[in-house]
Amino acid sequence: MSAGLKVLTPGLHTTVQDLGRPGYQAIGVPVSGALDSESLRLANALVGNAPGMAALEVLISGPSFEVVAETVRVAIAGAGASLVIDVEKARVEAGQSVTLPRGETVEIVVGRRSACCYLAVEGGIAVPPVLGSASTYTRAALGGLDGRILRHGDVVPLAVARASERAELRRSLPMQATTDQAVRVVLGPQQEFFTKQAVATLLDAEFRISQSADRMGMRLDGPLLHHRAGWDIVSDAIVTGAIQVPGSGQPILLLADHQTTGGYPKIATVVSADLPVVGRRRPGDALRFTAVTVEAAEELCRIEERRLAELVASLEPTTWRPGIDLGSLYDGNLISGVVSGFD
Amino acid sequence: MTVRFLSAGDRALVVEFGDRVDRALSDDVLRLDAILRSSALPGVVETVPTFRSLMVHYDLLATSRADLEFGITGLLDHQSDTRRAATLWRVPVCYEGEFAPDLTEVAQLTGVTPGEVVGLHSAVRYHVYMLGFLPGFPYLGDLPPRLALPRRADPRVRVPAGSVSIATTLTAIYPYESPGGWHLIGATPIRLFDPSRSRPALLAPGDMVQFEPINPAGFAAIKEAIDSGDYQVTSEPIVG
Repeated sequence: MSAGLKVLTPGLHTTVQDLGRPGYQAIGVPVSGALDSESLRLANALVGNAPGMAALEVLISGPSFEVVAETVRVAIAGAGASLVIDVEKARVEAGQSVTLPRGETVEIVVGRRSACCYLAVEGGIAVPPVLGSASTYTRAALGGLDGRILRHGDVVPLAVARASERAELRRSLPMQATTDQAVRVVLGPQQEFFTKQAVATLLDAEFRISQSADRMGMRLDGPLLHHRAGWDIVSDAIVTGAIQVPGSGQPILLLADHQTTGGYPKIATVVSADLPVVGRRRPGDALRFTAVTVEAAEELCRIEERRLAELVASLEPTTWRPGIDLGSLYDGNLISGVVSGFD
Repeated sequence: MTVRFLSAGDRALVVEFGDRVDRALSDDVLRLDAILRSSALPGVVETVPTFRSLMVHYDLLATSRADLEFGITGLLDHQSDTRRAATLWRVPVCYEGEFAPDLTEVAQLTGVTPGEVVGLHSAVRYHVYMLGFLPGFPYLGDLPPRLALPRRADPRVRVPAGSVSIATTLTAIYPYESPGGWHLIGATPIRLFDPSRSRPALLAPGDMVQFEPINPAGFAAIKEAIDSGDYQVTSEPIVG
């Protein structure tokens, strides 16, 4: 029998995601990929994978699995997330790898601080790439497990049946701050379709992510953004992070699975450095926006890349093994899942 | 050539040629797309042609908006005859019965008979302006002016895959079942998108499409041939 993780409970919306499927937007295929690419890359680094390997993206409510492999090394990344091993015998916080034996059951707990977390597996998930990517795009059933979310009884196939013999890794630097920081946007490409007041409102007001949010995008509750004249533009292309405003005036922030083209004006676009931050936000969370220039956004992205490289370079070996109730040790520690000085 | 450069965040640049659905604009967009695809401008990740603009996705660790705009401006001035190889596709469509739920209404709204709607719709060679909305979904035009109608006031929650539809000056084919607001006047059994093909989307921007009426028996026969893997959509290269 080949190695896998047998799905005991599927969670709300668990899919295979990597860094996405660029290159096919001209034929209408969205890029897809992880909503929080920073956490995907960190999770992969924790188990020794290349940063863009396919992992499981877990939204809002986590799945549980039984290990069907000799041993498997896994790690979770995502603010506040954790892995509960064999019904509360041990809890492994995000930012720490752990090796599990055959028959062990694990549950992923997303927590309340992020909408998503990632479970990476050493060696990766063995699903065939579709158009160069394992990312799941459910609307057209591309990638992942038959192009759909995980279901009870699925076996997530693993590339290797046995974890390598080495120390576990853990994160020693904090993750990017996510609380209450204004999301940075570049205005446009169609800000001229809006009143001056609408642009000012976008940058001054507080919005709230509505319950109408998924991997395609999130509708934002808050003041309406009024168009200067019409709102029906001749369709043009859309980029991830675009804030489009249909006739209702209620903005929609478009995420990884957004349509490649559309006919509503886009008032502003979230900078790429902040896309993972937006991807983590949950329905009900507040969002504020602040405008930066393209040049500033490009610099922010370079800084973010360096910071992530430092984070990955700072992963350190640890002799920790499961079997100790870490949950009680770390209750109340909301800043950085695993504290230093534990060795 | 006058274009506007618009930032779509820090990873995409829109080269806007105009604000209309127009063959001349589309030709300009597709010409720049072909030039960009054949030139090795640093940092370009992919390009997305639309009715009136070309979106250029770039890797901002390999280039910058300023450098990219400079590079594209140079290509615009460089009068090139670069053209994408284009194909004329003959797409079989059944315009009858359950395959054409809105045909009678479209005939009433446009003041012609259902037969004339079919005659008008299948007489024209359509230009593929762009793909979007869903993988492989083509926006084709222009419709004979007689058939121009606004979108349905009451969009459908479920439009079947293969539906051939019209709205405004355009006609389109739904590759997948999805919600949709266009008028459904026929259906095709062919597969517009299949990721296992070397060319996943059947149609490319710049191609031409002509619809060929078939009856329900013809639809069933083609569908069977597709399912058993021995059907090819009739096509021919477009010269010039």
